[in-house]
Amino acid sequence: AFQRPVNEQKELLNKWNEMGTDEPDLSLFRPVYAPKDFLEVLMNLRNPNYENGEQPSFKNHLGLIQVPLKVKDIPELKEDFSELGLNIGQLGIDDSAQVPPEFFENEHVHVGQKVLAEQDSAAAQQYVRQGCPTALRADLWALILNISNQPEDILYYEQLKSNVIQHDLLVDSLIYKDVKLTASNDDYYFVFEDYLYQVLLCFSRDTSVLEHFTYSSATPPKSYIRGKLGMEEYAVFYPPNGVIPFHGFSMYVAPLCFLYHEPSKLYQIFREMYVRFFFRLHSISSHPSGIVSLCLLFETLLQTHLPQLFYHLREIGAQPLRISFKWMVRAFSGYLATDQLLLLWDRILGYNSLEILAVLAAAVFAFRAVNLMEVTSLAAAEAVLADLSTLKVMPLLQIFLFATVT
Amino acid sequence: LRIMAGKVKWVTDIEKSVLINNFEKRGWIQVAENEDWNFYWMSVQTIRNVFSVETGYRLSDDQIVNHFPNHYELTRKDLMVKNIKRYRKELEKEGSPLAEKDENGKYIYLDFVPVTFMLPADYNLFVEEFRKNPSSTWIMKPCGKAQGKGIFLINKLSQIKKWSRDSKTSSFVSQSSKEAYVISLYINNPLLIGGKKFDLRLYVLVSTYRPLRCYMYKLGFCRFCTVKYTPSTSELDNMFVHLTNVAIQKHGDDYNHIHGGKWTVSNLRLYLESTRGKEVTNKLFDEIHWIIVQSLKAVAPVMNNDKHCFECYGYDIIIDDKLKPWLIEVNASPSLTSSTANDRILKYNLINDTLNIAVPNGEIPDCKWNKSPPKEVLGNYEVLYDEEMAQSDGTDRDLRGRPGQSAGAKGSRARDSGKPVLTTWK
Repeated sequence: AFQRPVNEQKELLNKWNEMGTDEPDLSLFRPVYAPKDFLEVLMNLRNPNYENGEQPSFKNHLGLIQVPLKVKDIPELKEDFSELGLNIGQLGIDDSAQVPPEFFENEHVHVGQKVLAEQDSAAAQQYVRQGCPTALRADLWALILNISNQPEDILYYEQLKSNVIQHDLLVDSLIYKDVKLTASNDDYYFVFEDYLYQVLLCFSRDTSVLEHFTYSSATPPKSYIRGKLGMEEYAVFYPPNGVIPFHGFSMYVAPLCFLYHEPSKLYQIFREMYVRFFFRLHSISSHPSGIVSLCLLFETLLQTHLPQLFYHLREIGAQPLRISFKWMVRAFSGYLATDQLLLLWDRILGYNSLEILAVLAAAVFAFRAVNLMEVTSLAAAEAVLADLSTLKVMPLLQIFLFATVT
Repeated sequence: LRIMAGKVKWVTDIEKSVLINNFEKRGWIQVAENEDWNFYWMSVQTIRNVFSVETGYRLSDDQIVNHFPNHYELTRKDLMVKNIKRYRKELEKEGSPLAEKDENGKYIYLDFVPVTFMLPADYNLFVEEFRKNPSSTWIMKPCGKAQGKGIFLINKLSQIKKWSRDSKTSSFVSQSSKEAYVISLYINNPLLIGGKKFDLRLYVLVSTYRPLRCYMYKLGFCRFCTVKYTPSTSELDNMFVHLTNVAIQKHGDDYNHIHGGKWTVSNLRLYLESTRGKEVTNKLFDEIHWIIVQSLKAVAPVMNNDKHCFECYGYDIIIDDKLKPWLIEVNASPSLTSSTANDRILKYNLINDTLNIAVPNGEIPDCKWNKSPPKEVLGNYEVLYDEEMAQSDGTDRDLRGRPGQSAGAKGSRARDSGKPVLTTWK
């Protein structure tokens, strides 16, 4: 961490809204890790305490994850996600052009407006399980996440911003690099490049984020004052928020830019989404919404319900998780069209769980099963699944959970 | 029995793969200009020759071309403004409610073109207007050029002294149309997204002007500047801030070849609905459709409605920060160059859908046909305005009571009843 000289501070303040055009030399930087590196770590997790004599079924697990966590099966998922059932109205299905709005949409919008008028956070969470109308989504999410953008919140954000202006951190370069590699090249999100810097640079300095480590099984990395390595009195968390961004991290923020154009509100929404959900996607834990459980859930669903496909892909060296992992780690951001992604994230908020990501990943494989059965290499399998931008997530989920013979 | 008989014979002087691939995939046969042809996709220079008095080209019933003879009534910046002004005055004279004005004398429904003057002819009128608002910025555009060439911004009269001199010279100094400029009030409060200025490119196909039948391509796009917008006078010379033309932006340092600075109109709609609400978004898109139709109605009376012709226009529209759309210009020959992979696909499909409408069934055309394609062939086009249907539609409103429904995401709803969405304006 360096304190910036005064003229540099002034310059950065002037350019705060257009950091996208201010390119530092990033050629020597590489992302700290990418999802596939993380997958290698997860594949090698073992539980030395585990005695698997009582669970013969797990011995037959042929996927990459070898940690026997408990995951749900389809009957349990159907119960949990009952609002996605065939006889219940959904946005993402029942608002399409062929369906008259009187059937579902109008009433649903009306209920959403009432929920907002009453500022009922619990009701909002229940409501969004059937999807948010686009015009109400920003407010509904804020209600569920308890973000009200009070003056003290705005002040806190401004304080973080001034921290950015005053001090330069090494992790800033990682953030620039990540944005330039991902969001800047994305058809949907390139427009918001400058907002991403504004959010992420502040995020890395936000020590309130450290609080989430009380319920995360990760530990924030520490740094020691020069010459005092190992001496706890001289340790600080680095970066200040304890989160080192990995390749693709900025994609957690990007979709939110479609909803919030006021920087401090955008910031708070993102921070809350991170400490409630996203942190589980890149840290190792046994939590049912943690990435390890999601991977196992995905593999189990596939192996149980599409065994032929699973065995075929495994035979040709294309373990399904190798392809779907990156989707889940990013909560599908950058893979789905934005309107579909937002419908998916509606359900993450509504069910307060990330399991839907694993279910969707399995549903995508089920949808493209015919083509996948014909491929003979990992590269060919990747190609079949390279472009998800035309997928409609709600029909896929509904069919997989409720209309597939199990 | 020649196998070739019955295949459309095509010519073009625009060497673009999106065109040629479309001709070839229909099994059409390429011929030379001096041979018998059925379909000629021509540049605007060529259409001048085809219909000029000297060459006296007579097109036969089985020949179709992609421009109207005097398209420049719409596509030259000065003539477009002239025709719209004339149209408004006519409506005012006949007491039409469309020509209603507000308390400041501004047209309520027909104020969609920024205040514009021709130079040097209207120089004095311009000066009068300029002095009412001396801190305003104006944009100078050459009448006959495209791709942002020759455009510059001014905020002082001294910057256009040359046209003052020209206006005072005697009348027999020929003012070649190459020197003619239009000067328009610059929209210095454009709607910004992500801090950047953008404009809209929409494609509109006209198959006939009288009766007016036009189609809007659903897959338009936004073109973003690579540099953050500022109205600051110190940046008036920075074309990367102000001009959205891809031809200009692609030379900027930050131009990205993957997305090309382009956003789909559906992204725009999603963003606006999410941040501004559904009603104002629907209203914006309704207004955009409205101004396109009004611009076509304005030129319809002076257009040579030659039955051998159709035309696909590129409309440029800017939205200001009050969500009001402004018609900037109409292009007769929208670029068929592709700046990105997505762009290539879009333009390929655009030509494909255009040909499906203009040349029914891909067969040798008969220009006497009624130009009413069945809705199955529209592809990504939807009916924007059909004058015949609108007139027969007077008493029969079967649009499920959706006034002001835009032909956006839900356009197909009204299409099911076979009627254009926008006759509700009447």
